[in-house]
Amino acid sequence: MRSSVRHRKNGVTAFDFILVFFFLLIIITTVYPFLNVLAISFNDPTDTMRNVNFIVPRVFTLSNYRYIFTEKDLMSPFIMSVARTVIGTLTGVICTSMVAYVLSRKDFYFNRFFTLLFVITMYVGGGLIPDYLLITRTLGLGNNFAVYIIPGLVGVFNIILIRSFMEGIPISLQEAAMIDGANDFYIWMRIIMPLCTPVIATVALFCAVGAWNSFMDTYLYARKLPTLQYVLYEIMEQATIKIDPHSANAEQLKNAVSPLSVRMAITIIATVPILVVYPFLQKYFVGGMTLGAVKD
Amino acid sequence: MKVKKARADTIKKQHFSLKLMWKQRYLLCMSVPFVIWLIIFKYLPLWGWTMAFQDVRPSTFALSIWDREFIGFANFTKAFSDRLFTQTLINTLGTSILGIALGTFSAIFFAVLLNELRFIRFKKITQTISYLPHFVSWVIVASIAKMFLNAGGVLDTIAGTKLNLMSTNSMLIWVVICFVNIWKEVGWDAIIYLSAMAGIDQGLYEAAKVDGANRFQRMWHITLPGIKPTAIVLLIMSIGGALNVGMERQMLLSNGIIQDHTMVLSWFAYIRGIGNNNYGVGTAIGMFQSVVGITLLLIANKIAGWLGESRLV
Repeated sequence: MRSSVRHRKNGVTAFDFILVFFFLLIIITTVYPFLNVLAISFNDPTDTMRNVNFIVPRVFTLSNYRYIFTEKDLMSPFIMSVARTVIGTLTGVICTSMVAYVLSRKDFYFNRFFTLLFVITMYVGGGLIPDYLLITRTLGLGNNFAVYIIPGLVGVFNIILIRSFMEGIPISLQEAAMIDGANDFYIWMRIIMPLCTPVIATVALFCAVGAWNSFMDTYLYARKLPTLQYVLYEIMEQATIKIDPHSANAEQLKNAVSPLSVRMAITIIATVPILVVYPFLQKYFVGGMTLGAVKD
Repeated sequence: MKVKKARADTIKKQHFSLKLMWKQRYLLCMSVPFVIWLIIFKYLPLWGWTMAFQDVRPSTFALSIWDREFIGFANFTKAFSDRLFTQTLINTLGTSILGIALGTFSAIFFAVLLNELRFIRFKKITQTISYLPHFVSWVIVASIAKMFLNAGGVLDTIAGTKLNLMSTNSMLIWVVICFVNIWKEVGWDAIIYLSAMAGIDQGLYEAAKVDGANRFQRMWHITLPGIKPTAIVLLIMSIGGALNVGMERQMLLSNGIIQDHTMVLSWFAYIRGIGNNNYGVGTAIGMFQSVVGITLLLIANKIAGWLGESRLV
């Protein structure tokens, strides 16, 4: 080993090939399931029943997608998912950055007190039952669209992320604006926010992915306002119920799209938006993640 | 410490006055609504812990706290003597300890090896792909996992036999859930170790090379010690959260056959509290989980302090 390293200082050793092989294996393990799901969603359901292990559709069909968009009324859950993602992200970013700005102002009288109030909640919380009772009973937000927006309005982790970015902006900019008579709201909106684009992008993506992927709030508080994630969950739960081949007539059997194929098609539809924003996620998320991690 | 003092000196000590409040009226308007939001959504539920010591049912929930019946620790006794409680506690600890151990190990293993990869482009691609599953929801992951693990699924097809991965009512499901979790999170969890590795002085590697250390020795004596502080902090945090196994993942990866071994405290609190309409017992289970969690965190932190490692708090 030693001599081989010495002979070829920048040379490639056998170990490098083992590493490449190992990581190729990891890549396959990660990607294969997605390709498999994609292939099943485009494959004829009856053919799928034969053997589920393939990544190229054997009998290509669009019937699974046609079925979920015509028969299953996937349109309203889809709109619900999009609506909560868009509105939740917009309100989340505006409110979080506003709080972050105030907490970045060292001259604000309540700065330390408010910061403490926010930070404490990162470590202690009431728990599932008190949260549930507050939202459904005390506030009466059950099955109300507001339940998707208001409880998650401000994220403490995101506040810290934005605040530490804002603290890096030279204070002289704000002082100059103040001398010109600008108020604090104006300074936040017109001077600070435009300079915070990278961190705002990070937080916007945090919010958007979180909102799109969110399932528990629908499950706990708003089953009458299903999102795509919830519909997928429901279908997963129904997967065990099968059509009895003896009682169903031939026509029914022919039209019955297997729950598995439908489930895979919905899985794909719920995944695609994530894949679309993935390049951006990559760019901003990773930076944001390490920024948050090394803050202290 | 010195820095903090210096900073405090530069800011003039302000005294509360109406004039100051008027001067900072915009800042107040921009923050007070969110402080009210915070009190409602984060502090009111803490006040809800009082329910753990009361008999609270849907019918008595509307009563004020003083009108409800105080029953001392009866809710806790009831929860602990529940026929499901012991198994649930074992499941929670088992799932999370297995998850912490294997999860930490695989993330470090992944990061150390990725750090050794010499082909930069390939390294980038690998990393990009590896954290894709992190951004996918648990519902989607569960849907895919069940497709793979259920009877007649992809793994059964590959193995050619019935593996019964999702239908063996035993501790096997802990391992299965643990591996699904690793599949989802390993690339993401490795990021923090990779960034810690980026901070290691490259001169150390050069010096070790000159001294004749081979690649494995360099990994063992430089890379691993370099990420040790990070690993310890993350371990402390995960030990503090040892009882907080999320209900979402457990519920989604479960089914009727294996439920005995997938049930965890948070889910149990939901079933007893909301499913069985006994809010008091549900709150008691949640409170038990929080209090033990904070205690565990403090203990782990103390131990890390004794070992001379970086402490979290």
